[in-house]
Amino acid sequence: MEFITEILEVGWKYRDLFIEGTLGTLELAFITVLLGTLLGTLVSILKMSKFKPVSLIASGYIGVIRGTPMLVQLYIFYLFVPEMSAAIKALDLPVYFYITLSLVINSSAYIAEIIRSGIQAVDSGQSEAAKSLGMSNTNVMVRIIMPQAIKNILPALGNEFIMMIKETSLASTFYINELMKTRIILQSTYFLTWQPLFVIAIIYYVLTSLLSKGVSLLERRLAVSD
Amino acid sequence: MTKPLIEVKNLTKNFESIEVLKGINEKIYPGEVVSILGPSGSGKSTLLRCLNLLEVPTSGQVIFEGVDITDKKINLAKHRQKIGMVFQHFNVFPHLTVLENITITPILEKKVSKKDAEEKAMNLLKMIGLEEKAHEYPRKLSGGQKQRLAIVRALAMEPDVMLFDEPTSALDPEMVKDVLDVIKKLADDGMTCVIVTHEMGFAKQVSDRIIFMDEGIIQEQGTPEEVFDHSQNPRTIEFLSKVLY
Ligand SMILES: Nc1ncnc2c1ncn2[C@@H]1O[C@H](COP(=O)(O)OP(=O)(O)OP(=O)(O)O)[C@@H](O)[C@H]1O
Ligand SMILES: [Mg+2]
Repeated sequence: MEFITEILEVGWKYRDLFIEGTLGTLELAFITVLLGTLLGTLVSILKMSKFKPVSLIASGYIGVIRGTPMLVQLYIFYLFVPEMSAAIKALDLPVYFYITLSLVINSSAYIAEIIRSGIQAVDSGQSEAAKSLGMSNTNVMVRIIMPQAIKNILPALGNEFIMMIKETSLASTFYINELMKTRIILQSTYFLTWQPLFVIAIIYYVLTSLLSKGVSLLERRLAVSD
Repeated sequence: MTKPLIEVKNLTKNFESIEVLKGINEKIYPGEVVSILGPSGSGKSTLLRCLNLLEVPTSGQVIFEGVDITDKKINLAKHRQKIGMVFQHFNVFPHLTVLENITITPILEKKVSKKDAEEKAMNLLKMIGLEEKAHEYPRKLSGGQKQRLAIVRALAMEPDVMLFDEPTSALDPEMVKDVLDVIKKLADDGMTCVIVTHEMGFAKQVSDRIIFMDEGIIQEQGTPEEVFDHSQNPRTIEFLSKVLY
């Protein structure tokens, strides 16, 4: 049982570092899902386009991103993208920018599918009824489909945020300030190898289970209005 | 002679390789009440849904008030405003109140003022005895109430014709009559109605004309007496012998 006290001691002693890391993780996950939602909305619109080439390009984007490991994508945005052209190189943007961009792009592919399936889960009878009344296509989408699709989309976005909290740990590979980087600091500065790992695991677990509870609550709230 | 309100010319509809409608020619005149009968899968719903282009015909034309609405260049939504439709599964909007269900389209698409739209909606709700539910959400309504709401929602657009696709098939038996009464009242008031139904007694009573469909074509049509009591068509006779108890 000694190792438990040791973990707790390390957790308490370096709490400021862990808190900083946790905030870094939350910030990174939040920015990713927020910007990922904007980009993902655009991608889902393109994917649902009746114009085949556009829809195919969007499908390709989604397919490639979901079909390759996030770590590979992160490395490409870390090593290749900044060097892609002289103009990009001249901008001299920080690593944080490229890693966030990579996370946003990754997330946008998943979110595009969340939005598309949320929209398609709305009973087709709804748009048929609205069209039969003579509603314009825009109003059918904005006034009838979207308000109902939101109920499917919001909880799924919550789950995406939870996923991102875990996935952003990969960013520590590039010394981005988030929870997993706390381990690197503690190892290199204080030679603590395993104790920080357990503290970090506990923090991730607490964060994700609290947020999961929140998502189920939200789901139930949204469901009552059906 | 009056001009037909709807004229269907050489209408065909394929789903993938299956030909569901095999060349329909039909005219619906203003004020007529026409019921479409036929076995399951005969293409009744598909035909009805072609009348407001919810299904796009594979070939042929649908002329509504003199305009070919299969023409891609026309503003379809504008024409659909004149064609009310009632669905088997009601399709009321669950995220809008009973009142908003009725007022949303007139306000958005016909630029009716909110006040006028609500006043009119309240009158329609009175007609179906639901004025007390105006500010409730549809989840609080029974199936029969939802369907009556769906009917007046369509009426709020002041359509020239109402299409009904098995409006009572999804209802508990004790709610069927309330809905049929509303449709009957509409028919009696001179609304042009095209009704797909399995309620044979109702069809016989309310219709000016019965169309019997089977295998994607109109097999027979005539007055209710002609079709129900004096049909010579073996398919009609077989169908009626199965559905009339
Ligand atoms: N969207 C669709 N895709 C493929 N096939 C379809 C589609 N809609 C209808 N069909 C087929 O077309 C045929 C006619 O269907 P339709 O719904 O018009 O029949 P119906 O006469 O209304 O039958 P019911 O009395 O059961 O409602 C059926 O074989 C049906 O399976
Ligand atoms: Mg049908």
